[in-house]
Amino acid sequence: MASLSRQEIHRLEETARRVRCHVVRTVSESRAGHPGGSLSEADILTALYFHVMRVDPERPDWADRDRFVLSKGHGAAGLYAVLAERGFLSTDLLKTFGRIDSTLQVHPDMHMVPGVEISTGALGQGISVALGIALAARLDDGAFHVYCLIGDGENQEGEVWEAAQTAAHYSVDNLTVVLDYNRVQLFGTLDEIMDIAPITDKWRSFGWHVIEIDGHDMQQIIDALESAKQIEGKPCIIVAHTVKGKGVSYMEGKSAWHGKPPDAEQLAQAWADLGCAGRGS
Amino acid sequence: MIKAPREAFGHTLVELARENPDIVVLDADLASSTRVTYFKEAFLERFFQMGVAEQNMMGVAAGMALMGKVPFVSTFAVFASRRACDQVAISVAHCRTNVKIVGAYSGIVSGNNGATHQAVEDVGIMRAIPHMVVVDPGDDVEMAQVVRAIVAYDGPVYLRVTRDVWPRVSPDGSDGGQPYEFALGKGVQVRSGSDVTLIGSGMMTSQCVEAADLLARLGIAARVLHMPTLKPVDVEAIVAAAEETGGIVTAENHNIYGGLGSAVAEVLVEHAPARMKRVGIRDCYGECGGNADLLCKYGMSPQHIAEAAQSVLAAGG
Repeated sequence: MASLSRQEIHRLEETARRVRCHVVRTVSESRAGHPGGSLSEADILTALYFHVMRVDPERPDWADRDRFVLSKGHGAAGLYAVLAERGFLSTDLLKTFGRIDSTLQVHPDMHMVPGVEISTGALGQGISVALGIALAARLDDGAFHVYCLIGDGENQEGEVWEAAQTAAHYSVDNLTVVLDYNRVQLFGTLDEIMDIAPITDKWRSFGWHVIEIDGHDMQQIIDALESAKQIEGKPCIIVAHTVKGKGVSYMEGKSAWHGKPPDAEQLAQAWADLGCAGRGS
Repeated sequence: MIKAPREAFGHTLVELARENPDIVVLDADLASSTRVTYFKEAFLERFFQMGVAEQNMMGVAAGMALMGKVPFVSTFAVFASRRACDQVAISVAHCRTNVKIVGAYSGIVSGNNGATHQAVEDVGIMRAIPHMVVVDPGDDVEMAQVVRAIVAYDGPVYLRVTRDVWPRVSPDGSDGGQPYEFALGKGVQVRSGSDVTLIGSGMMTSQCVEAADLLARLGIAARVLHMPTLKPVDVEAIVAAAEETGGIVTAENHNIYGGLGSAVAEVLVEHAPARMKRVGIRDCYGECGGNADLLCKYGMSPQHIAEAAQSVLAAGG
């Protein structure tokens, strides 16, 4: 695996930082959304949209584009921030997030937002849809790859495992799933609510190739995504160890920030933590 | 020879798939019962065995539809509507993916499998889901036309398929009229009459025709209106029936809540209030037994329909 240049790593890290700035501002100003999971996924989404996936913001419906499905639909604020940075939406639009008449629903709607492949928010469903896209692409010899981000609490849904067994049964190798393993869900930590460990063993026993990484290390994320694409004859999951609320000191690892927007004072602290202030982000 | 609706469904799907390479079928290990085996034999590469995992199957179908496929998701009506309800609502209906959901063995006449396999609430569930079209064809001839029509329609559809052979109700033109052509959202009069109207959907229309025969012996001329599309329902035909015959009896292979009876009542209260009785499963679960015994025990036989019509007429004084 070729090392990324220091400039490329820096570019991606700076982009992810701006994405996090959008996230905290968006959820704070709209008093809606899910900051914790939108921050934990930010590096993964940035790597996908700015380095790995073939997408074209001028042609969101381009037939050969790589597909991304945000199965953890409550991470919408993070997805919108990445789509805005990538040019699919204007950053101004982020101000409308979650408000009446806005196209930016708190859980993403495919008919409202360019770049959103399928509406998600009911956990467990996105991975099945991503699998359907991958299976149909195989019928048509589609040359693109399908990516899907699932949450760790989402692994508690039975449908996820139905999809897991089906993808392995059909030897689907044009699908890469990334697990945002931040270990915190809405009302507590995973081991308090419903532990999913040993999660790598579970996916491996379902017939998947498993790669385990630090989900905030840009080089590791990109290495994993690129090597996942090379795996033949079986689906691949990247178990990305992340931190809920990553980058905002008082949110890190706290379930309280799963679905709570920061107030103005807290936003100022978040901006300071992320280095957003005065940078126009 | 009259075929079972599931036979007509299975064969028509193969015919259509010859013309349309985008048609794919997803099955939850019921292919031999639902008759999608014919499709599997003809188009193995477009047949996807999803195992006994209906929730994932609905989502996979939605993903395939995003890629331009026309997925037919085939399982029993109970599993399509209840087990996979949230996936039907979100990945299919909310997303308006072009998925055709086939609920086989619908209603109480479901092959002597008992309560767990008798869909008594599937129409109510599906009718309440925004964007969902709901069709309950009456016989094999109509089924063949319905399958063609729902492929031509771009959007989510729930299709009820009954297991067994029932008398044919589609007008064949032998009375000098036009042979029947199914149109989504349209009812069809299968028996003329001016005293009362019996509105049936699915296989219950055949029971309405028998009831009309019973009523004729009593000097009562019952109109029979077949209502294959339960959503959107044919408002015009229902209003005309109410205005022209005064009283309505609905007959459905479903709970009296949420299905045809409710759909007709909704139309009547808003457009043409009329005396009405509902024949169907009376808010209970079923049991094992032969079809005739079940219809008799659960108050859905031609005799029950005829009695309901008489009580509507009596109430009209």
